[in-house]
Amino acid sequence: MENIEQRVKKIVAEQLGVNESEIKNESSFVDDLGADSLDTVELVMALEEEFECEIPDDEAEKITSVQQAIDYVSAHLKK
Amino acid sequence: MQGQLDGRVALVTGASRGIGRAVAMALAGEGARVVGTATSESGAQDISRGFEEAGLDGLGIVLNVTDAAACDRVLEQIEKDQGTVSILVNNAGITRDNLAMRMKDEDWDAVIDTNLKSVFRMSRLVMRGMMKARGGRIINITSVVGSSGNPGQANYAAAKAGVAGMTRALARELGSRNITVNCVAPGFIDTDMTKALPDASREALVGQIALGRLGRPEEIAAAVAFLASPGAAYITGCTLHVNGGMYMA
Repeated sequence: MENIEQRVKKIVAEQLGVNESEIKNESSFVDDLGADSLDTVELVMALEEEFECEIPDDEAEKITSVQQAIDYVSAHLKK
Repeated sequence: MQGQLDGRVALVTGASRGIGRAVAMALAGEGARVVGTATSESGAQDISRGFEEAGLDGLGIVLNVTDAAACDRVLEQIEKDQGTVSILVNNAGITRDNLAMRMKDEDWDAVIDTNLKSVFRMSRLVMRGMMKARGGRIINITSVVGSSGNPGQANYAAAKAGVAGMTRALARELGSRNITVNCVAPGFIDTDMTKALPDASREALVGQIALGRLGRPEEIAAAVAFLASPGAAYITGCTLHVNGGMYMA
C-alpha cells in the first residue's frame, strides 16, 4: 500500500498533467504547478474520491500546496 | 438506429408538456437516453408512456426543481441508474404575470426561484460529472421576453435575462473542460402557457411575427437538439433566438 504522500502526489500529477518528479511537497498548485482555480476545485474532488472523505469548502480553500493536501488527508483520513 | 446522441444521458426538466416534451422526444430521437422530469406522478407517467409509445429510450420521474434536496437525490439516482448526465436542458418554468404595480412579492419570488435559481442549482449539480467526463452540454430555455421585455412579465423577463447572463458566466467558467452552455430563446410558441392568453392579445402578437404564425414546440426542440449535437461543439455562451422574426437581435 502506498503512503498518503505518494497517493496525493499521484493524484496531483494526474489532475494537473504534470510529471510526478516535478512535484515537491512545498509545490503550490497555482504558482508552481500551473493550476487554475477550476483545477484546484477538481483536485479537491479527486482527493475526496481517493480518500473517501468530504472536504468542506472552507477547508478546501486552504489547501493550496501539496504539503497542505497531505496534512489535511493525514489528519482526517478514517483509520 | 444511428443517432447523433447515441450513448448520451440527457436530463430535461419540465418534460411533461409543451416545449419540454418536444425537446425530450427530439433528444431521444437522436439516440440519447432521456430522463424527463414532471412535478406530478401522473406527469412523470405520461412522459414514460410517451417514450414507450414512440419506441424511444427514456423515462419520466417526479421532480420539483425548487426542492434542493429532491434535486440532489434525483441526480444521484440518475447517475447511479443511467450514468453521468452529459446533456442538461433546463426547461421547467412558470409564469405569474401581473402589471408591476400589482405584482406581489410572492409572484416575483416564485418566478425567480423556479426560472432562475433552479437553473443554477441543476447546472451546478451536473457540472461535477461533466468536468470529470471532460465534456457536456447545458442548454437553458429562456424567452424572447428576456430580450424584448413584455408588460406584465417583469418577474419572468428578469428571470430569463438572468439565465442568459448566468449562461455566459458559466460558458467562460466551464469552457476549458469542453462544457458548452447556451440558451434557446423561444418566441411565441403554441403551448398551454400561451393558450392562456386572451384571443385579442394573441392576434396582436402574431401581427408582430415576421413569419406570421406561432411557433411549434418541435421547432424549439430542433434548435435544442442542434446545440446538443456534435455539430455545435464550438458554440458556447450564446442565445439562439427561435421566434419567427418576432424579435431580431
